[in-house]
Amino acid sequence: MSTDNGQTTSVVLAGVGGQGILLASEIVARAAMVAGHQVKTNEVHGMAQRGGAVIAQIRYGQEVYSPLVAEGTARVLGALERIEGIRFAHYLAPDGLAVVSSQALIPVTVSSGAATYPIDAEQRVRQVFPRLIYIEAAIVASKLGNIRASNVVILGALSTGLDLPCEAWHEAIAQCVKAQHKDLNLQAFEAGRNQV
Amino acid sequence: MLAAAGASHEGRNVGGSALIELLSGNQAFARGAYEAGVTVACGYPGTPSTEILENVVHFKDDIYCEWAPNEKVAFEVGAGAAIAGARTIVTMKHVGLNVAADPLMTLAYTGIKGGFVAIVADDPGMHSSQNEQDTRQYARFAKIPIFEPSDSQEAKDFIRIALEVSERFQIPVIVRSTTRISHSRSLVSLGERTAPPKVGFERDIRRFVPIPAHARAMRIQLEEKLAAMRDAASDAAVVADGSMPSGGNGKQAPGATARANRIEWRDRSLGIIVDGIAYQYVREVWPEASVLKIGWAYPFPDKLLRDFAAGVKRVLVVEELDDFLEEHIKALGIACDGKNVVPNIGELTAPRLEATRAKMEGRQHKAPPPVPQAADLPARPPVLCAGCPHRGVFHALGKYDVVVTGDIGCYSLGTLPPLGRMDTILCMGGGVSMAHGMDKAGEGRKVVGMVGDSTFFHSGITGLLDIAYNKGTSVIIVVDNRTTAMTGHQDHPGTGQTLMGEATFEASIEAIGKACGIQRVHTVNPYEIDNVVKLLGEELEAAEPSLIVSRYPCPLHEKKPVGKTRIVNEDACKKCRLCLKLGCPAMEGSEGQAPHVNETLCAGCSLCQQVCKFGAIAIAEEVSQA
Repeated sequence: MSTDNGQTTSVVLAGVGGQGILLASEIVARAAMVAGHQVKTNEVHGMAQRGGAVIAQIRYGQEVYSPLVAEGTARVLGALERIEGIRFAHYLAPDGLAVVSSQALIPVTVSSGAATYPIDAEQRVRQVFPRLIYIEAAIVASKLGNIRASNVVILGALSTGLDLPCEAWHEAIAQCVKAQHKDLNLQAFEAGRNQV
Repeated sequence: MLAAAGASHEGRNVGGSALIELLSGNQAFARGAYEAGVTVACGYPGTPSTEILENVVHFKDDIYCEWAPNEKVAFEVGAGAAIAGARTIVTMKHVGLNVAADPLMTLAYTGIKGGFVAIVADDPGMHSSQNEQDTRQYARFAKIPIFEPSDSQEAKDFIRIALEVSERFQIPVIVRSTTRISHSRSLVSLGERTAPPKVGFERDIRRFVPIPAHARAMRIQLEEKLAAMRDAASDAAVVADGSMPSGGNGKQAPGATARANRIEWRDRSLGIIVDGIAYQYVREVWPEASVLKIGWAYPFPDKLLRDFAAGVKRVLVVEELDDFLEEHIKALGIACDGKNVVPNIGELTAPRLEATRAKMEGRQHKAPPPVPQAADLPARPPVLCAGCPHRGVFHALGKYDVVVTGDIGCYSLGTLPPLGRMDTILCMGGGVSMAHGMDKAGEGRKVVGMVGDSTFFHSGITGLLDIAYNKGTSVIIVVDNRTTAMTGHQDHPGTGQTLMGEATFEASIEAIGKACGIQRVHTVNPYEIDNVVKLLGEELEAAEPSLIVSRYPCPLHEKKPVGKTRIVNEDACKKCRLCLKLGCPAMEGSEGQAPHVNETLCAGCSLCQQVCKFGAIAIAEEVSQA
């Protein structure tokens, strides 16, 4: 009764509202669609731009029922912020691949003194995920010219844990981003893929 | 292939002639309206329904669409259009239907001419709502049909079916969405647009004027329609074996467009009756079970329910929120499991139904273990954005011992620490009227009502009128950021622009306040903190009601910073943490260190600089030049 039973592949993306989770989700879904799969996605709207913790879920395969990923079943988890990776770690299957950005964004709860940001965040990430790509996505994207392409750097690394052909990813990126940003995003994708 | 596909709906030709596109439920509703020949669409924004009209606008050459000031108005605009003969949709979130309940209940009596469908989006789990009411109860209350799609394909298809049922029985129809329908995407096969019906109102006062003499006849007709629809809902069924494709999934069974209910016979030891998105979870958790998939939930398809129950050994009813179907199935004399094993609070998921299955089979359910490293992570709730103009008002309110009756919008985010300056929230517009009620009840402190611009136009005006009329003394603050921000920046009567992109008259909040009878009306720039504090102090002292309009456009919507990026001079900083009390996500602080401005987030609103008593915060580029 597993919801990722080899026929359906589940992907979870996590991060902070405003980091480009919705675009990343769209790219994964389009790549799966281009590769000929049935696809369903789910994203949190409304609050997504207001700096809250956000996840997006994508499932593809021959036949997909629920758009939601069950805990413990995701083949890959991509996190655009490192503690958000830990927060949503329970979605990942035991043998799943985690791609976590080294970026740290301080929540207002920490700034106001109500909570603390773990100083051992990187160490915790390494403990939580046996199969991990820990990647300086923000720095890689900044070097390419725009920190906002961090999401696509993460997708590049994450694509190594999925069975979608590279051409499908390229086609999906071309469909989802504005023409003037296409080259940057393709470079970001390749940079992420080559970090592995 | 497709003559007039919308800008966002460019289908791709996949394996044959059908155009397949990946659409959210809300995009699919819009597409469904287009294909079904709808010519009028209106609504009021509300998560998770908002994107329906935002996608209808892509078809604006064929569909007139508008944001109404509130759901009641939207519903009445739709009623007028449908009675004139147009195929019409109105859109709103679940609590919006409360606002529109008055026209709903009587439109059920008068009926319509052109098809009328209200797409109402529920929010089980309360992702972005104040309650999780179940809209199916409204269908029974109003005695009208309700349809429940289970994915985007059905979201599109059910609009056409609902319009056809609406016209066939001359009755308004609800299509119920939920957050997981509206905001999930799945593949949809696109079709062509049907020619819209001709518009032309025909006077028929026995149909359209429910004076008591007419309404009594309408009341009888409504029961007759209900009986006829009950049979039609049973007839609107497909019976299939287990190999039938699920839901829509972009591949439709032949003839399925006319059929909203479906029996899928598989193993007969358990039969599950399920509606809406829960169908998808049921197929994962009980792949072997027979299923009666309900897409047309009310009037209850009695014959179908009886036939299905007679064909299986044990019946389980799976539905999100209330025991709507279950109660009726039991009243038919059919024994079933339901809310004794299925949660009635919050949204359903496959894992929650795994627990249901384990319970029914007497097994222990094994939930995945929690991640211990996540136990003490700092919470990351949504917050007012860096540079939000509302922040200055909350800061000023913090200077006074007042009660703040709040309202629904981005400014609801000012409730939690560190701003913590909103004391009650009830409903749209409630912040204004509740302030007056507390005032009249004899609350010892002065009461301030806080409402947004779009919410003021929605239902704050009547409360303000009441305050002036009944000699209240509340201070009402309209935090006017020139947009309906929380739902993703929709226009409203004060923005000077329509949904279809035309320039229009800008309604003035100040002029409305004066016309209501408020003498003390002031406008203030929320980034000028001293002015806001001073003005608020003066108005709190006044013995008459006051209206303060705090006006500055939402920087997120304007897509431009308010001013220049600030920086903290660590040498001058005394670590008093006052700037951190503004709750700005761009001001990052940690214990024992000087706060730090995150330059990629800072919108340059200067509030932190204004509250700093030690002059430790300055414009970044001026510091670097010095």
